[in-house]
Amino acid sequence: MARIGVFVCHCGENISATVDCAKVANTIAKMNGVVHSVDYKYMCSDPGQTLIKEAIREKGLTGIVVAACSPRMHEPTFRKATSEAGLNPFLCEMANIREHVSWVHDKGDPTTDKAIDVVRTLVEKVKKNQPLEPIRVPVTKTALVVGGGVAGIQAALDIANAGHKVIMVEREPSIGGHMSQLSETFPTLDCSQCILTPRMVEIAQHPNITLYTYAEVTALDGFIGNFKATIRRKAKSLDEDLCTGCGLCTTKCPVKKIPSEFEQGLGFRPAIYVPFPQAVPNKPVIDRENCTYYLKGKCRVCEKVCPTNAIRFDQEDTIMEIEAGALVLATGFDIKRADFFPEYGYGKYKDVIDGLQFERLASASGPTMGEIRRPSDGRVPEKIVFIACAGSRDPAKGIEYCSKICCMYTAKHAMLYKHKVHHGEAYVFYMDIRAGGKMYEEFVRRAIEEDDAKYVRGRVSRIYEKDGKLIVKGADTLLNGRPVEIEADMVVLATAGVASQGAEELAQTLHVSYDAHKFFAEAHPKLKPVETNTAGIFLAGACQAPKDIPESVAAASGAAAKVIGLFSNDELTREPLVAIVNRFPPPYFSTCVGCFMCQPVCPYQAIEKEQIKDRSGKVIRELARINPGLCQGCGTCVALCRSKSIDLYGYTNHQVYQEVVALLNE
Amino acid sequence: MKLGYYPGCSLKGGSREYKESVVALCKRFDITLVEVPDWNCCGATAAHNLNKELSLSLPARILAQAEKAGFEEILVPCAACYNRLMVTAHEMKTQPALGQRVKEIIGMEVSGKVRILNVIQLIEKYLLDKLELKMHRPFDYRAACYYGCLLVRPSNILQFDRPEDPETMDKVIRKIGGQPVEWEFKVECCGAGMSVSRTDLVAKLSGKVIDNAVYRGAEVIIVACPMCHSNLDMRRPDINKYLEKKTDIPVLYITQAMGLAVGISEKELGLHRHFVPVRLPEKGLLTDMPGEELEHQQKEG
Repeated sequence: MARIGVFVCHCGENISATVDCAKVANTIAKMNGVVHSVDYKYMCSDPGQTLIKEAIREKGLTGIVVAACSPRMHEPTFRKATSEAGLNPFLCEMANIREHVSWVHDKGDPTTDKAIDVVRTLVEKVKKNQPLEPIRVPVTKTALVVGGGVAGIQAALDIANAGHKVIMVEREPSIGGHMSQLSETFPTLDCSQCILTPRMVEIAQHPNITLYTYAEVTALDGFIGNFKATIRRKAKSLDEDLCTGCGLCTTKCPVKKIPSEFEQGLGFRPAIYVPFPQAVPNKPVIDRENCTYYLKGKCRVCEKVCPTNAIRFDQEDTIMEIEAGALVLATGFDIKRADFFPEYGYGKYKDVIDGLQFERLASASGPTMGEIRRPSDGRVPEKIVFIACAGSRDPAKGIEYCSKICCMYTAKHAMLYKHKVHHGEAYVFYMDIRAGGKMYEEFVRRAIEEDDAKYVRGRVSRIYEKDGKLIVKGADTLLNGRPVEIEADMVVLATAGVASQGAEELAQTLHVSYDAHKFFAEAHPKLKPVETNTAGIFLAGACQAPKDIPESVAAASGAAAKVIGLFSNDELTREPLVAIVNRFPPPYFSTCVGCFMCQPVCPYQAIEKEQIKDRSGKVIRELARINPGLCQGCGTCVALCRSKSIDLYGYTNHQVYQEVVALLNE
Repeated sequence: MKLGYYPGCSLKGGSREYKESVVALCKRFDITLVEVPDWNCCGATAAHNLNKELSLSLPARILAQAEKAGFEEILVPCAACYNRLMVTAHEMKTQPALGQRVKEIIGMEVSGKVRILNVIQLIEKYLLDKLELKMHRPFDYRAACYYGCLLVRPSNILQFDRPEDPETMDKVIRKIGGQPVEWEFKVECCGAGMSVSRTDLVAKLSGKVIDNAVYRGAEVIIVACPMCHSNLDMRRPDINKYLEKKTDIPVLYITQAMGLAVGISEKELGLHRHFVPVRLPEKGLLTDMPGEELEHQQKEG
């Protein structure tokens, strides 16, 4: 016989202001099976919880209902209290009479009546509750970090330094990401390479880190603590063990005029190449799309000159499977490029460049050795116009969001230019200056006040070339929209930051949700910023939204902390609120007919095929089986199952039916 | 084929040659234009500066008349009329309460079924596929296609071409054998309705347009808007005074350029009505263009 206890909370005045809590408790006390029913001001407080624990012990309760707020916040609190009193925590249910009743109705009898109805249904439900045990799964204490930019590097080092194994996968030939392309960094103007390259080397040398460059994750199976990832390592056409990184092949390669990705097309590289001198690993790969041997079948100069015979033309891609307990996604971002701005002549005029290209021009290791020279004729530009928000915050261009980093790097660009070309003029067109951050506003003021960058608030409508000058037409909205025309030698567009190329495919491969702009989505914008909706997969850096270096690093350390926290357990427990396919003794086995309609609708790929064999090993039935490690208890399969063979622990068909019946039988 | 057609005031007055060329061109492609019965002013600049309801009611009545006459589609060659009609249709569709009010004012039903075509859309939709057969001689000139503002903006309502760098007219010019030039002023303002009140401003704005077209080596400017045309053409003396040089680049409607290519006479196209004389150098005159002969054969065969 059920012995149910009901605890009605006032929530200060949140509930009692509109609901007569005492009346609720008294009415419920008369229900069949209810042996204890009280109300109290703050049920979640220590005395409140003690009320519950004592009642469980003294009255020998078999189930309890706490009528209070939404279960989102305090269900764990009350289940813990239940458990401490010696009752299975899943025999505790919450009736939400705050969000569903008191907050949304006026004071009065109907409101109290509704509260009574809500509690009644839960009392009937809890009578049918079964004790459940948490699910335990083992943890593989290896993290897979996807992407080797500054965020990936930070996350990998943090996890590795905590004593766990890390596998890093980077699709380019070298790690370093966009940060390795930058000249100097705001707001301190320290050299990007100088702070990043030591960390890159650390990755390569760390005993806990295995690095796969020129590789991609192509598939992911499993669940938190037990992922299985498939990695495709693209053929580098090189035996990495033999290669000493001497670089002779790269100097002798006859194909020399391939636009360098690292130099943003402002410099060239050969077909066998190391992206940049400080690359990690500092060993070349052959770009098969441009290599003469792969195109025409002869050449092999690199093979002839290699002192250690490390070139392998017949090398093939290798596919490998690795096991990992958690993933950190740090695939970074891209910037908008050609043909996005026909009105700015981008892609048409050589001297209209983007922010990353300017970084290369200003970088000591760049194509001009750090001298600011315009790409068309190599002259030092006397006047540069920088345009912030080129595409960002522009619904007409399909990008409503602020790219966040541009205000700061544009100020930095103007500053670097003025530091290198003292007599030059730097104009900055901007919408607003968004310089929130430690020492950020001061940095922008310095660009304006000390380095004399001329800030013009307004948009640029058009850029065209006339007599070797770029005519920039815009408006100064601080001067009542007066038209401004500037004859510039070079224009730098702070184009919008967008999701990394291939982000959508990767998200689909890994079953991670993403937003309309293909940035990966966090589980909660405030309280779960580095988690994804897929347990065990975490986010770091600009793959989530445009972020600057400090933010990317902070997020990476946050993700690493989450991974380390996860790995501090030898096994994981999770709530057993999962779906299950019913099973009976032979010869019935199950009412499941094996139609597998449930399989494609499962968002978590949790449904497997299970074969039932007779003694001779012949398959006699094929049933659906739900992997409790993967199932998130969403219930989609329950709704879809045509033979009603699937049930959801904690929300069984029987329990829900009892709730409905309770509502109908007053 | 019969097609509904709203000429508006410009085509009946100052821009007669636009109407003549539109009608002649359509005739050449076997399209008969039927005027919307009892049409009224679209309100143009004046109405929407003064009174929103008036500015919507005037075009709404035109749409209602077109609907009543049974047209599914109407051609609106004037860019200003096109813009006002499109904006009205959009406002009435997106703001039902306002739409209802407008219907009450005009006392007529507007279902929003009538599709509105500008002249470039007409060419793209009905003429281009038959062009090869009708070609008489290529319009072999370097042309600066000038779109102005009303044809492409506001882009979210008109949904026509790329607002900052349109290219549909350039495509048409290429199809009739011309070479569109790359230039920067294709969507700049010509000064529009300031023509009368601030001629000096129009001279300056239109002057920059002319200057850039000439600088980019254009031999002719192509337009699809009576307002642009009158500013670039009729105001040429003021423009030349502003530019301090004598420019004589002719300004042709896209329909005139196309008309020449398919062998319509200069007179029929109204070329003699321009202020800046249309003296295009004789070139590209191909006697063996398939043109009418092919067409003739096809009709017979």
